[in-house]
Amino acid sequence: MWRLLIPRLFQAILVVWIVISIVFFVTRVTGDPITFLAPIDASEEELDRIRDQNGLNDPLAAQYLRCLWNAARFDMGNSFRTGQPAFDEIESRLWPTVQLAVASLAFSLVFGVSVGVLSAVKRGTSIDLFARMVALLGQAAPNFWLGIMLILLFSVQFGLLPTGGNTSRTSIVLPAITLGSASSAAIIRLTRAGMLDVLKSDFVRTARAKGLPEHLILWRHTLRHALLPVLTVLGIQIGFILSGSIVVETVFSWPGMGRLMIQSINSSDYPVVQLGVMFTAILIVTANFLVDVCYSYLDPRISSSAI
Amino acid sequence: MTASSEGSVIETASYERHFVSRSLWQRIWRFRGAAPWLFIYCIFVVVGLGAPWIAPHEPNAQDLVGRLQPPVWETGGSTDHLLGTDHLGRDVLSRLIHGARISLLVVAVSVPLSVLLGSTFGLLAGLRGGLIDKLLMRLVDVQLALPAIIFAVLLASAYGASLRNVIIIIVVFRWAGFARLVRGEVLSLRERDFVLATRSVGASEARIAVRHIVPNIVDVVVVLATLDIAAVILIEAALSFLGVGVPPPTPSWGAMVSDGRSYITIAWWLALFPGLAILIVSLSGNLIGDWLRDFLDPKLRR
Repeated sequence: MWRLLIPRLFQAILVVWIVISIVFFVTRVTGDPITFLAPIDASEEELDRIRDQNGLNDPLAAQYLRCLWNAARFDMGNSFRTGQPAFDEIESRLWPTVQLAVASLAFSLVFGVSVGVLSAVKRGTSIDLFARMVALLGQAAPNFWLGIMLILLFSVQFGLLPTGGNTSRTSIVLPAITLGSASSAAIIRLTRAGMLDVLKSDFVRTARAKGLPEHLILWRHTLRHALLPVLTVLGIQIGFILSGSIVVETVFSWPGMGRLMIQSINSSDYPVVQLGVMFTAILIVTANFLVDVCYSYLDPRISSSAI
Repeated sequence: MTASSEGSVIETASYERHFVSRSLWQRIWRFRGAAPWLFIYCIFVVVGLGAPWIAPHEPNAQDLVGRLQPPVWETGGSTDHLLGTDHLGRDVLSRLIHGARISLLVVAVSVPLSVLLGSTFGLLAGLRGGLIDKLLMRLVDVQLALPAIIFAVLLASAYGASLRNVIIIIVVFRWAGFARLVRGEVLSLRERDFVLATRSVGASEARIAVRHIVPNIVDVVVVLATLDIAAVILIEAALSFLGVGVPPPTPSWGAMVSDGRSYITIAWWLALFPGLAILIVSLSGNLIGDWLRDFLDPKLRR
């Protein structure tokens, strides 16, 4: 297995390196960072002094190497807004984002798989129809709007759950559902299709013929096979969830990295944005790598072919 | 677009289009269930094109006295503003209609561009392989790690928000899907018997590509492009919602939802209607895409 995962690890590092290079290119080469660093009415000497201080007069290659070195130490300079290192700003917001991402992934897996299984087993019934409608709507509804509608329904109308922030234990419920909605839709579709496929296969017929109870056939034999395609898209879904968290955190005023990034754009706090983009990319790449590890554990056939 | 749904696009592609056995009309009739969604799409296009003539009011005309008026069926609503007014007294219906124009514009520019760029790269990668192919696969990896919204945040922090940036971001993030699909199709078509036969009678590679490969990938590209319309509308709305998309006061559906969010407790209609518009248009895009996929599927033809 390691023979396959080590190249994957290098690939992941390569991707992070390219992302950092893109961040460098977009912010240093095509834009002039001095516009963010200096006051608007700065004199020419003052501008030059600031350039010198920040190494902006060095050759581009030197700047690029320094950028890589700084990125490796997660050091992107100080936040313009607070004066604290950008890393500290991001770090304090990292945990809430991870919490929210894990909660919505858990929600979409549990909800998506169980609805998908039900839908396949009760094929053609009203349960199936309902599941397919949920899948269609979840795929088409913009998550920021869904979040606001959930607030309107559960917080404003019924007063059941908080409207935003992270003040109580139930605060995470609405954002997690909102963020997980699109992934649940995809998982419902995949689980349903996978279950229908596997239920037709020979080994399920054999299991039925030898008199195995239906719940064992479903949960132990069929689901295991039907879940492999779900696992394949899990990496992509994690990417969706982490990029969607920017939107959902804004809707629910969730104190995470995404909301910090949007606030930082509005105040041109540019080291924080850079570091936030880098961290998000690293989170996505790490999650994808972990999915690959899981996959090679669950499907023994993988170890003999490429992942 | 997930890997698996692209996979099914590939599987259901039609390779032998000359074997259409029944009349076209019979096939279309079988898929009549898609008609309402097609109709919604036509409305979307017509409204988008004719917005300045259809909209009852100027979309940015403010009327601070008549602000936050509810829709006509609520108490306090008036027939002058059918869907009410927003926090600046602007007519919600007119802004919705003009918002359709923005969505349509973004779709009309970015989808053809991504199709063209992606198909060209995909064809080259599939036919030539080598460096282009390797580069393409790495790019897909990078795009996975740097999703469109994150990239938009980065661009907006460096250049500010504009309609042009929205289109650039969308093209940069959508073309690779087409490239990957076309590449996969070309790779499988290249090994098919009819291509081998053509090659054995001495057809040039260029002729094989233009006459035999391209016509056979049009179907799958059309299906993906249709599904892409829905995705593009959702991305544009999300970017505008975050304030990194089309800048105000241009009426964009995403920005309208964002404005309405602050008034959710006193004026629910501000966030509800633009969101419903996004939902309905993207839903019909998905359904038409699914329908087209089945329609073009050779297994369902006979």
